[in-house]
Formats: sequence, structure tokens, C-alpha cells
Amino acid sequence: MNFTALFSVGVLGLVFVLVFLGLIVLFVVYERSHQGRPLRPIPAFDRIRREIGLAVEAGKRLHITLGRGGITGQEAGSALIGLQVLERIARTASISDKPPVATSGDGSLAILSQDTSRAVLRTTSGESQVDPSSGRLVGLTPYAYAAGTLPVILDEQVAATILAGHFGSEVALITDAAERNGSLTLAGSDNLSAQAVIFATADEPLIGEELYAAGAYLNAGPAHQASLRAQDILRWVLVGAILAGAALKLIGLL
Amino acid sequence: MKLSISVAIAIAFGVIVLLGYFVDLPLLRLLTDIFLRYASILAAVALWVGLVNLFAVHWRKVKRSEKGSPYSVIVLISFGITVFIVAYFGPTAKWSLWIFNNIQIPIETSLVALLVVILVFATIRMMRKRLNWFTLVFVGAALLMLLGSAPLFGVELPLLHGPNGLRALVSQIAVAAGARGLLFGVALGTIATGLRILIGADRPYGG
Repeated sequence: MNFTALFSVGVLGLVFVLVFLGLIVLFVVYERSHQGRPLRPIPAFDRIRREIGLAVEAGKRLHITLGRGGITGQEAGSALIGLQVLERIARTASISDKPPVATSGDGSLAILSQDTSRAVLRTTSGESQVDPSSGRLVGLTPYAYAAGTLPVILDEQVAATILAGHFGSEVALITDAAERNGSLTLAGSDNLSAQAVIFATADEPLIGEELYAAGAYLNAGPAHQASLRAQDILRWVLVGAILAGAALKLIGLL
Repeated sequence: MKLSISVAIAIAFGVIVLLGYFVDLPLLRLLTDIFLRYASILAAVALWVGLVNLFAVHWRKVKRSEKGSPYSVIVLISFGITVFIVAYFGPTAKWSLWIFNNIQIPIETSLVALLVVILVFATIRMMRKRLNWFTLVFVGAALLMLLGSAPLFGVELPLLHGPNGLRALVSQIAVAAGARGLLFGVALGTIATGLRILIGADRPYGG
């Protein structure tokens, strides 16, 4: 049997994506008609929900930093999750005098963060005018981005800093500034080096796929819960495929 | 209506680019290539818009004499000088490279040096605030890797160094397996995020 042709990357990849899509659609329909299974507790998301309330009461600002990845590369996934988090937080904190501020190291992300803030304002208070400084480009190289983010944390009465996007090891400069300012840090990234640094420096680190579950935990809609369930199933499928592949290789069939 | 059009455009372009990756048809490959080029051009335009935003934010800070406004003055002056020199002489001209080599690189290098100190302090802080098994494994693995990678005045410890040493064992088996597990999670999350946009459930565009 020609396993190479059967399992060519193109065919297998397309099948995988289609199965993933089918599972998401199936679970969306299921979530709408049934009360879904409760999600396992992730302390970081409980804490950020509490922190939003405290920040609104104290008249303080929430800061979301979206990293320096663009929206056309592999790092786009984490950046889009960052925008989703921004949308949920801006909506929850919409009664606050100080709306959340978003910083990023990429032009497209800066535009999208302003667009997100504008969309939330339009639906919550009917206004479409947004403060141009609510979505800021702070620097274009990794360290310029980190250095540009520091004044926002240190000078603008920030109660919590949420880091969601593509970072490198420079993320430590940002989390350290937040620590010195006494504000909570919740951080997640798609980059492994950044995840290691985040584990050591953030108050609430999000490791691996936990960042991608943010939408489901912040009640962004049934599609988020559905995609989380689909991911759980496909993770087991991948584990099975790896073990089966190893066994086939061991007995000389692959 | 406006929203429907933006959703339809996003879904259509997304599906074509996705299919272009998997299906080997010349027309699809051509379309994917064209769309990705357009995306790159739009990203370059977005960069300019972002730079205008950067200038405007600091300009406003100076006008309102907000906290840290002297630093904003420095940013504005540096921004103006850099844009003028690069636009006038070109990005690879002597003066443009002088700015890069003598200002940007030294400043960023000093931040890298600062990072080392910050990471050491962060590790100590983590040991005090969050002392559990995960923290101990993390710090233990980090110390093992440092000891195994750093030159110990030419001394080779048989248990630590070499192809069968503890460092190689940990990095090639435990660390590689853990990293692959995390990457699987990240990959699944990224695909799920993309698919939610393709079905119009997430709309990070169009206000």
C-alpha cells in the first residue's frame, strides 16, 4: 500500500481542517439546544473577571497588549485571540470612566484594536467616536515595543495588564513593569520562549492552548465553547495517531 | 448590509487562500499568491497608519503636559529626524545606518542585558510567591540547562555533559516532548481561531 500518497500533506491537511470545521458546527448546534458541559476551572480567567469589576469601581484602567505579531503570518491566531479578549473586556468595562487601552507592535493590530473599541462603544453607548489613543502602536522592533509599552503601565493608572498575542523574551520587561506598578498580569503567547518567561514572571500565566480558550471562558459565544470541545476531541485523535504511527513504525509497516 | 458584505468578503478570501494551501490547482495557487501580496501591501499601509497614530498619541501627551511628556518630546524629535534622514538619504545610506548602528542597536542591547537581571529577580520572586512542584521542576530544569550549556572553565562533568549526559537526556526527551505537546495545543488553537473567522463567528474587522 502506498502510504505516502494516501497520507500526502495536502489531502490529510484538508481532511483534518474539514473534520475540525464539521465538529465546530456540530457543537455550535449542540450548545444552542443543550446546556453545555461546564468548562474546567482556569484560575486566571476567574481572577481577570474579578479584576475588571475592581478596576471599574476604583476608576482605574485595564491594559491589553496584543504583542508584535501581524495578522497575516502564523502568529495571527494569538493576535486575534488578543482582539477577542479586548472586545470582551471593553464590553464588560464599558460603564467605566476609563476605557481599556490596547497597545501593540504592529500597524494592522493597532487599527483593529481601535476598530474593536469603536464597535463596542457603538453597541453599548451608541457613540462611534473612539479615543485614538485607546489603540496604540508603541514600537516596531521587539524591544522598542516593550519599551513603548512601559509608560502605559507605569503612568496611566493601570489596574491589570493582559498580555495576549505573539511575544518573545522581551515580554519580561512588560511583566516586570506591571509587577513594580502593583498591577495584576495575565499573560499568554503562542511562542514557547515567551511562555517560559511568562511562567516565571506573570501573576497568572496561560500555558499552551489555555490562551486560545479565552473566548470560551469570557463568554464570547457558543462558537468558542464549540471550538474548545472540538479541540479536545482532535487532541485525543492526534495522540492516537502518534501512538499508532509509532507502533506501525516499530513493526516495520511505515 | 455593510457588515454582511465585509463578512462575505472575509469568508470568500479566507476559503480561497485556505484551499490554495491544500489543493494543487494552478488557478488557486495564483489567486492565493495575489491575495497574499495584497495582504502584504495592506499591512505596509497599516504600518504607516500606525506610525501616524504613534506620532499623534505622543503629540497629544506633550500638548496636555501629561506625565512623562518630556520623554514624548524626545520621541517626537527622534521620530522627525529619523523620518527625514531615511526619506532624504535612503534607508541604506550612511546616516540612516549610523542611526541604526549607534542608537537603536546599543539601546536594544542594553535592554537585553537588563532582561537577564529581570529574569533572575523574577525567578526568585516566583519561588517566594508560587512555590509548588511545577515551579521546582521549572527552576530545576532551567538550572540544569544553564549548567550544561555554560563553559565550566573547560571542565566536563560526565553525568551532565556529553551526548548521554543529563543535559542531553532532559533536552532531547523531556523538554522536546513537552514543547511538542504545547505546540500541538497552540496549533489546534490557531486552527480553531481561523475556522471561527471563516464561518463568521469571530469578526475582528468592519467595526
